[in-house]
Amino acid sequence: MRVLKFMLRNTLRHKLRTALTILGISIAVVAFTFLRTVVTAWYAGVEASSPNRLITRNAVSFIFPLPLSYRDKIAQIPGVETVSFMNWFQGVYIDKNQFFPRMAVDAETALRIYPEFLVPQDQLEAFRKERNACVVGADLAQQYNFKLGDVIPIEGDIYPGRWEFVVRAIYQPRDKTVDGTQMWFHWQYLDERLKQEAPARAGYVGWYIIRISNPTDAARISEEVDALFKNSRAETKTETEAAFQESFIQGTSLIIQLLNFLSFVIIGIIMLVLGNTMIMSARERTKEYAVLKTIGFSGGTLAAIIAGESIMISIIGAVVGLFLAYPVVDLFALMVPKSWFPIFFIEPITIVLAGMSALLVGVIAAFFPVQRAVRTSIVDGLRFVG
Amino acid sequence: MKPIIEIQNVFKSYRRDSLEIPVLRDISLTVPEGEFLALMGPSGSGKTTLLNLIAGIDKPNKGKIFVDGTDVTSLGESALAKWRARHVGFIFQFYNLIPVLTAYENVELPLTLTSLSKKERREHVEAVLKLVGLGDRMHHYPKQLSGGQEQRVAIARALVTDPTILVADEPTGDLDKYSAEEVLTLLARLNQEYRKTIVMVTHDPRAAEKAHTVRHLEKGELQ
Repeated sequence: MRVLKFMLRNTLRHKLRTALTILGISIAVVAFTFLRTVVTAWYAGVEASSPNRLITRNAVSFIFPLPLSYRDKIAQIPGVETVSFMNWFQGVYIDKNQFFPRMAVDAETALRIYPEFLVPQDQLEAFRKERNACVVGADLAQQYNFKLGDVIPIEGDIYPGRWEFVVRAIYQPRDKTVDGTQMWFHWQYLDERLKQEAPARAGYVGWYIIRISNPTDAARISEEVDALFKNSRAETKTETEAAFQESFIQGTSLIIQLLNFLSFVIIGIIMLVLGNTMIMSARERTKEYAVLKTIGFSGGTLAAIIAGESIMISIIGAVVGLFLAYPVVDLFALMVPKSWFPIFFIEPITIVLAGMSALLVGVIAAFFPVQRAVRTSIVDGLRFVG
Repeated sequence: MKPIIEIQNVFKSYRRDSLEIPVLRDISLTVPEGEFLALMGPSGSGKTTLLNLIAGIDKPNKGKIFVDGTDVTSLGESALAKWRARHVGFIFQFYNLIPVLTAYENVELPLTLTSLSKKERREHVEAVLKLVGLGDRMHHYPKQLSGGQEQRVAIARALVTDPTILVADEPTGDLDKYSAEEVLTLLARLNQEYRKTIVMVTHDPRAAEKAHTVRHLEKGELQ
């Protein structure tokens, strides 16, 4: 008869109470994991940023463009490997609810600067050759059943008119942290049409993406880029890709903080549920603990028995919760359009956090019962009437 | 006969709020090895308190208690717990078995504090359960046993480590006449055949008859 077996028997003493406690913990772990996954998904763009990519945008606002002529000047700065650029195209595909990022990119450099978008060589060449070709992410292709050769019609809004793009390449995200829902087409295709229909808007890009050889040069190169265009009609703001991505979610930071806060409130609730169970259990067993002490069990062993039971319940709850969290997160991902949360999966760190929290909850919930069991004298314990 | 328990001028009182309630006054007592001593007295006379002091589960305010040469009043909590595990077998009025453990596991509990192997523990537990006549009830849970059987399991638990002394607090107090007789016969047998020193608190004159010596406590004083 080992202590572990004794703890297990104690755990099963009130089966319904233990089952309800485990269920409560499991539901809380599902909620915790889900909220953390939402928070992680929100920050996915920041997390997936490369340290050797800088973004140069208009210093006034992201919505103001920059002249294409900046490209060659930026490329002259020591430490700059490649300069690429993009325009946010937007437009409407089918209806306004069908959202996915549509970008006009420099076909020659874009896929070189984003090596996490994997495109087969033959498809890459086909994309480069054809002016109205586009490349779509594998997730997007799956969502809309796009195949090579399909034409995607888009009604322009920022750039009015009807646009048609031929799918010539499908990129695979390198790993789970890469967005597989984007659509890229030739910037030149956009620019040529602008030259005809709105010449004043031609020759401008949304932002530059600069690949640098050494991430430690990021601050210097950023300063040098911005210095180049100081006092020009379009001053620039250069920052790391991570900082650039972060600026997009800054507006929602209060919501994120609230979700973060809620996820930890849930941990507090678990603690109360388990703490209540453990206090009730320990109170009922006051006499038994006194008997164990009479037999010769030390306070430390008693503490281990009580804490062990508490930890056992919380860990079982966490394991059940994590098993349930996967289908819940998958179901949510299926229910919302992929483009809302392109990167939505339970990260290992979330599992570790849930497990550690459960362990911590188990230890803390046992604190008062342990204190009571250890501090109650044998004589008082034996006299206890529960 | 060598004295196994020596109580020297022990005083014990309890505090209830600001009130000091004296329970034992200047108790001195010597119990020789192999003795079967019954402590009798009315409720509140201090018999259980004296038994608790002998068993090292409570401490006197004043005085010394030696058990087999060890001054138990000088031991700290941790040392006292180890000492109890080795030297004291406690039998309670209400058996106090752990309900989630079988008879076998309840008896095995004190042995888990020793360095005995699983096989050795099994041999000890089986031997002692057979000795109390429960060899065929080893895997029963307390709720599946009668009161008399439960008390015999409790005796087996007290006995399994072969302690220096056995202390019993009203061991027949919760039993019917037949079961009480069985338990008393068993205690008498342990005393006679195995030379176990037993200190028993009882109200029951029939229980006291089984003892070699009967001492009476009255208002915290030995008569």
